Amino acid sequence: MNRWHVLKRLLPLMVGLMLILSACGREDLSTLNPQGPVAQSQYDLMKLSIGIMALVVIVVFAICIYVLIRFRRRKGDNTIPKQVEGNHTLEIIWTSVPLILLLILGVPTIQQVFNLSKDYSQDPDAIQVKVTAHQYWWEFEYPDYGITTAQDLIVPTGKKIYFQLHTADVKHSFWIPAIGGKMDTNAGITNKMYLEFDKEGVFRGKCAELCGPSHAYMDFKAKAVSEESFNNWIAAMHEPAQVAADAEIATLFTNACLSCHAIGESTADSARTGPDLTGIGGRVTVGSILYNDEAPVADNLVEWITDPQKIKAGANMPSAGDMGLTPEQVQGIADYLADYKLNY
Amino acid sequence: MDWLTTVDHKKIGILYLIAGFLFFIIGGLEALVIRYQLMVPMNDVVSGQLFNELITMHGTTMIFLAAMPMLFALMNAVIPLQIGARDVAFPFLNSLGFWTFFFGGVLLNLSWFANAVPDAGWTSYVPLASTTYSDGHGVDYYVIGLQIAGIGTLLGGINFMATIINMRAPGLTFMRLPMFTWTIFITSVLIVFAFPVLTVGLVALMFDRLFHANFFESANGGNTVLWEHIFWVFGHPEVYILILPAFGIISEVVSTFSRKRLFGYSSMVFATMLIAFLGFMVWAHHMFTTGLGPVANGLFSIATMLIAVPTGVKIFNWLFTLWGGSIKFNTSSMFAIGFVPTFVMGGVTGVMLASAPADYQYHDTYFVVAHFHYVIVGGLIFGIFSGLHYWWPKMFGRKLNEVLGQITFWTFFIGFHMTFLIQHFLGLLGMPRRVVSYLPGQGFDNMNLISTIGAFLMGIGTIAFIINVFVTWSKPRNAEADAWGDGRSLEWTIPSPPPEYNFKQLPLVRSYDAWWKEKMDGNKAMTPAEPVGPIHMPSPSILPFIMSVGLFIAGFGFMYNKLIVAGAGLLITFACMAIRSLFDDHGFHIEPEDQEKEVHV
Ligand code: HEM
Ligand SMILES: [Cu+2]
Repeated sequence: MNRWHVLKRLLPLMVGLMLILSACGREDLSTLNPQGPVAQSQYDLMKLSIGIMALVVIVVFAICIYVLIRFRRRKGDNTIPKQVEGNHTLEIIWTSVPLILLLILGVPTIQQVFNLSKDYSQDPDAIQVKVTAHQYWWEFEYPDYGITTAQDLIVPTGKKIYFQLHTADVKHSFWIPAIGGKMDTNAGITNKMYLEFDKEGVFRGKCAELCGPSHAYMDFKAKAVSEESFNNWIAAMHEPAQVAADAEIATLFTNACLSCHAIGESTADSARTGPDLTGIGGRVTVGSILYNDEAPVADNLVEWITDPQKIKAGANMPSAGDMGLTPEQVQGIADYLADYKLNY
Repeated sequence: MDWLTTVDHKKIGILYLIAGFLFFIIGGLEALVIRYQLMVPMNDVVSGQLFNELITMHGTTMIFLAAMPMLFALMNAVIPLQIGARDVAFPFLNSLGFWTFFFGGVLLNLSWFANAVPDAGWTSYVPLASTTYSDGHGVDYYVIGLQIAGIGTLLGGINFMATIINMRAPGLTFMRLPMFTWTIFITSVLIVFAFPVLTVGLVALMFDRLFHANFFESANGGNTVLWEHIFWVFGHPEVYILILPAFGIISEVVSTFSRKRLFGYSSMVFATMLIAFLGFMVWAHHMFTTGLGPVANGLFSIATMLIAVPTGVKIFNWLFTLWGGSIKFNTSSMFAIGFVPTFVMGGVTGVMLASAPADYQYHDTYFVVAHFHYVIVGGLIFGIFSGLHYWWPKMFGRKLNEVLGQITFWTFFIGFHMTFLIQHFLGLLGMPRRVVSYLPGQGFDNMNLISTIGAFLMGIGTIAFIINVFVTWSKPRNAEADAWGDGRSLEWTIPSPPPEYNFKQLPLVRSYDAWWKEKMDGNKAMTPAEPVGPIHMPSPSILPFIMSVGLFIAGFGFMYNKLIVAGAGLLITFACMAIRSLFDDHGFHIEPEDQEKEVHV
């Protein structure tokens, strides 16, 4: 194969690569495509540091390449180069220039560190959210409104959202890349941070700390909506739970599912060992990773209920078989839940 | 049998090399399985559980059982020769250090056969590493294996500190030490300060796991963040324990193959010390997202950034060593020259990570995976490859094959950048690390594929190196004393490989770059500092081996709660210690008339 052929094969790869990089990833996910002021301030720091560091790299590469070309040993060259001990001026330069560069990066770093740790817990305008991380799902409680939801975090745009982060088991880390950096959830400790959502949309959230076999699948969604929708959502969450029309399914659901899950305003602790299911039919995913725009919600629900372990190994939910549910019963429950949507 | 009882630093160096390289291959295979799994989205080659076991064992093996031992191999092989000594200060301890490392490593890897593999990451953060969330014996293997291997490292650190302080040849003052010796000296100091911290942490974790102590059990008053502090107070200096020796190797290789003395020697020495000192001050930059608060995050940000200054000094000193030199290209020098820009790239991403608010985005993503592999593979492994090709003739009396060497270099170098450069972008686009898989369509697919291809290229490079070792093995031993012709330090004044006693007469050192100075003065050999006489040698001993076996048995006993077995194991170890202290062993002498008979390794 001649050279041109190799090049021709590599070309699409290169072009593809450039396209990927220049597009900077998905808008709802990439840190290079910030969608809120917190991520924006972090992105600005990233750009500043990348700029400075690119400068350093270019200087080093330039010297390196020059040296390698200029001072390579020619054949039969046996001369002894001059043995230089050092050079104070040069050494002072390459000590002080980095110090200046670090100062340029250090000052905004300190500013942002303090900026991002501001406390909005007493701000009447901010929305308070208590996040509890579980193996492998997320619980969101809104203490000011007395409601709790799971997996889909609903927030209004244009307000500070102040998070209190907890864990129910091991260490996890709460992260919505396009909106802002992460914060860990530590056992026995409460961490706090704020985020802000400029635009409406659904943003992908992830767990960023190794937490067990299904760590990779511990995603969640942050759904930013208008203030009006947000208020509608709060109201809808307060409405009485919607029960299955079929009485048999309703009983089954109560017995098999509600020992761990909650719907409506149930607040029993035992009903909080699994995610709250209020309005689950309208969520973005089932089990974090089965997207409802890719398959019907009911199908995803059937898949999940039948064998949660297959989707998230180590998940603390028994399978349909363990709970003694027949496929028809699973289908019935799934149909009921798929229809359980909140209007907002 | 010879090899089980040897206390000769040269042989122990070779043992470290073989064992370390073996673990490097195991860790590398684990890495390839990880990369193969991540090649395409939602792959199911391995389960989530097995994946976590693979990353844990890969990280732990590479750091503790591959990288460190290969460094110990080079330092054992070279340091006594560079300082004109006949052995290390405590040859018996040296052998004990090797065997404890080896049996600790074997214990850790037996977990694969016991079907109980550690799975909480090489950092073993609690509560994931507690019995509640990692039941079974997996993490016990980690705790006890590392504890035993850690003894070996600590012994090595103490030994080399003592050796370099006490056993330098006449005239070899501290400011005349070769740079590699300097970095090993400072590394040894770091080991002596950092490893006890790990020991304490592992003991606490072991008590939590075996006896339900509550150091890290937050429900009972313990604190999980405490483990993170302990781990990183050890863990960050550990990174410098790994990289400083590589700095030393690069300094030697660059100056030999450009025929120039090291530019800015004294600033190099002080930069090394400063890096070591700062290395202890910055552990919390691994914990920016743990929630330590803005004051801690701010201080640790700035302290971390400062490390860039002495590191920059080193980089420019290397470049200006090459400047005006007469650079010879071979595998060793190419790995060293490849190291410089590669390490700079790892260094600058380090500064980027140091900016805490930006780290809220980078932390625990593939950006970090890319960064630390640039530092430990692009820095340390390049350094080790460079050092191995450089000192191979000194260790074995044969030069490695150049053609195969070039193949190793180019496949490894290209494969390396292909694997890890692209991972920076994966991280920035939102891919967390330690994930067994990822959904398609998130913008990760192509880059992961490229990364996996690169990893396999590195595998080919490693295979080429192994072939090279065997090819070289079959060649005659014909390397000259000054194998590259441009040697500058004392190891190049004695035959390759050196006789058992290294120096027939201890050399008199008259300046920095002692051997170079003699050559420039037209001398054919070093001026001896003593008359020819009988040379005292320590006698070989099987005790270190048996002691380590004892600890190995005790480890199993503790793990499976068979206290009789544990006691028996410890008894073996203590009995050996008693024998060692009760029976005097004066060693033996090699008389001048026997010294001519070449006694090779
Ligand atoms: C053959 C070359 C190598 C390849 C392809 C490779 C690849 C990988 C991959 C894919 C991961 C997992 C990333 C994640 O999801 O967290 C990883 C983790 C890691 N690697 Fe490597 N690696 C290589 C060599 C090394 C070497 C030589 C060292 C150290 C001397 C090393 C140290 C580590 C560490 C400490 C981790 C983190 C493990 C953990 O998260 O607990 N790697 N490597
Ligand atoms: Cu998690």
